[in-house]
Amino acid sequence: MNTKVILEKKQFDITIDRLCFELIEKHGDFSNTAIVGLQPRGIYLSRRIYKRVSEILNSKKVLYGELDIAFYRDDYRRGNEQIVPSEMNISFNVQDKNIVIIDDVLYTGRTIRSALDALTDFGRPNKVELLVLVDRRYSRHLPIQPDYTGISVDTRANDKVKVEWKENAKNDLVHILTN
Amino acid sequence: MSKKFSQPHLLGIKDITRDDIELVFETADNFKAIINRPIKKVPSLRDVTVANIFFENSTRTRISFELAQKRLSADIVNFSASSSSVSKGETLIDTVNNILAMKVDMVVMRHPAPGACQFLAKHVDAQIINAGDGTHEHPTQALLDAYSIREKLGGVKGKKVVIVGDITHSRVALSNIYCLKKLGAEVMVCGPTTLIPKHIESLGVKVEHDLMKALNWCDVANMLRIQLERQEIKYFPSLREYSMLYGLDKERLDKLNKEILIMHPGPINRGVEITSDVADSKHSIILDQVENGVATRMAVMYLLAGQQG
Repeated sequence: MNTKVILEKKQFDITIDRLCFELIEKHGDFSNTAIVGLQPRGIYLSRRIYKRVSEILNSKKVLYGELDIAFYRDDYRRGNEQIVPSEMNISFNVQDKNIVIIDDVLYTGRTIRSALDALTDFGRPNKVELLVLVDRRYSRHLPIQPDYTGISVDTRANDKVKVEWKENAKNDLVHILTN
Repeated sequence: MSKKFSQPHLLGIKDITRDDIELVFETADNFKAIINRPIKKVPSLRDVTVANIFFENSTRTRISFELAQKRLSADIVNFSASSSSVSKGETLIDTVNNILAMKVDMVVMRHPAPGACQFLAKHVDAQIINAGDGTHEHPTQALLDAYSIREKLGGVKGKKVVIVGDITHSRVALSNIYCLKKLGAEVMVCGPTTLIPKHIESLGVKVEHDLMKALNWCDVANMLRIQLERQEIKYFPSLREYSMLYGLDKERLDKLNKEILIMHPGPINRGVEITSDVADSKHSIILDQVENGVATRMAVMYLLAGQQG
């Protein structure tokens, strides 16, 4: 098993900063936009982006939520593992908002499909966009593409892309594990 | 993410572990949030068909299970003994196998015979959820009771719970004892000697015959209904006397120098085990129990269904 680091501490912060500025470029003061992180692994990124965007805008009014997609997955009862739900926290009205969904890695696109289903159960958003830290290109099972990308990588199906966060591991790090 | 429910069925609390119970609670938290949203439905069980087979009357449990199934997007068929071929002499296994032949994945059953669900689980190929089997167990009721205590008091461990009433004939009592003990609560049973089984201390519970002493000891009082339909002989002189000695009224509650939670699994016989003013007071969490029933049953069915692929 080989491991190759593709994003490290310094680059990591720059990338997150860039993503925040891209968001602000598009969404202005975030008056009608909400940031939604996907449980369980997207929330580390979404929390940072939420924090940084709020800092840059010097605003405490940026809407933020965390969405759990366990009950909407299309592989329930098709795998061996029990899918255990995580906490869901959407305390604002989704109706007519612009929503930026945030996840760490975009691979097959199935998680995002589930997230779209889960999100529309809260109301009809005006627009939904997708921000990911790592886009694994050429591996989609569904026609889903990110609007904001931290880094794009080309991987094989049996590679693993792992994102580590200060909050749950030692450092901020993205690496690829290859067999 | 590797947490898993340890049993393929839910036949009784006796068979499941503390981790299983905690897993049900954690999952139920999510479902409770969902059933309080404008859209109360998730698509998790859209490929699951559930048969609700009730050989005994039920209002709450049956509606609760049915709502839980609908909110998980499962397909359901309802069956009650009175309107079925059981009255024509069909056996339990035949009845259930016929239902399963129509491609049913899960069976929720209530039956007057203790052990009926165990028996069925051995002989048919479907996941069984016990919705009450005679005087034996009523596991989902115990789960929702403990879940309600956890919600109101922040936890179950170390809490003192007294179960008052007809312990001998109550499946709610037995399941509650197993469940609360597994979660680390202290449990006491209280009632007339004739309605408390011999050797119940072996389950690790205290026994008390004086209601006031029991109430002074406890944090939570779970008042049970007198199950006259299961009593073939007289266990106490009259309902009026039972009510005087073991009925919970405002006067008794006011005498306590603390606040306790009042629970009741329903159906309530107002004026017998509990008076109206107590049942409707702020101490009573009876309707919270009903609400939590849907969330915990959704959790149980979600976790069980997830094992099948």
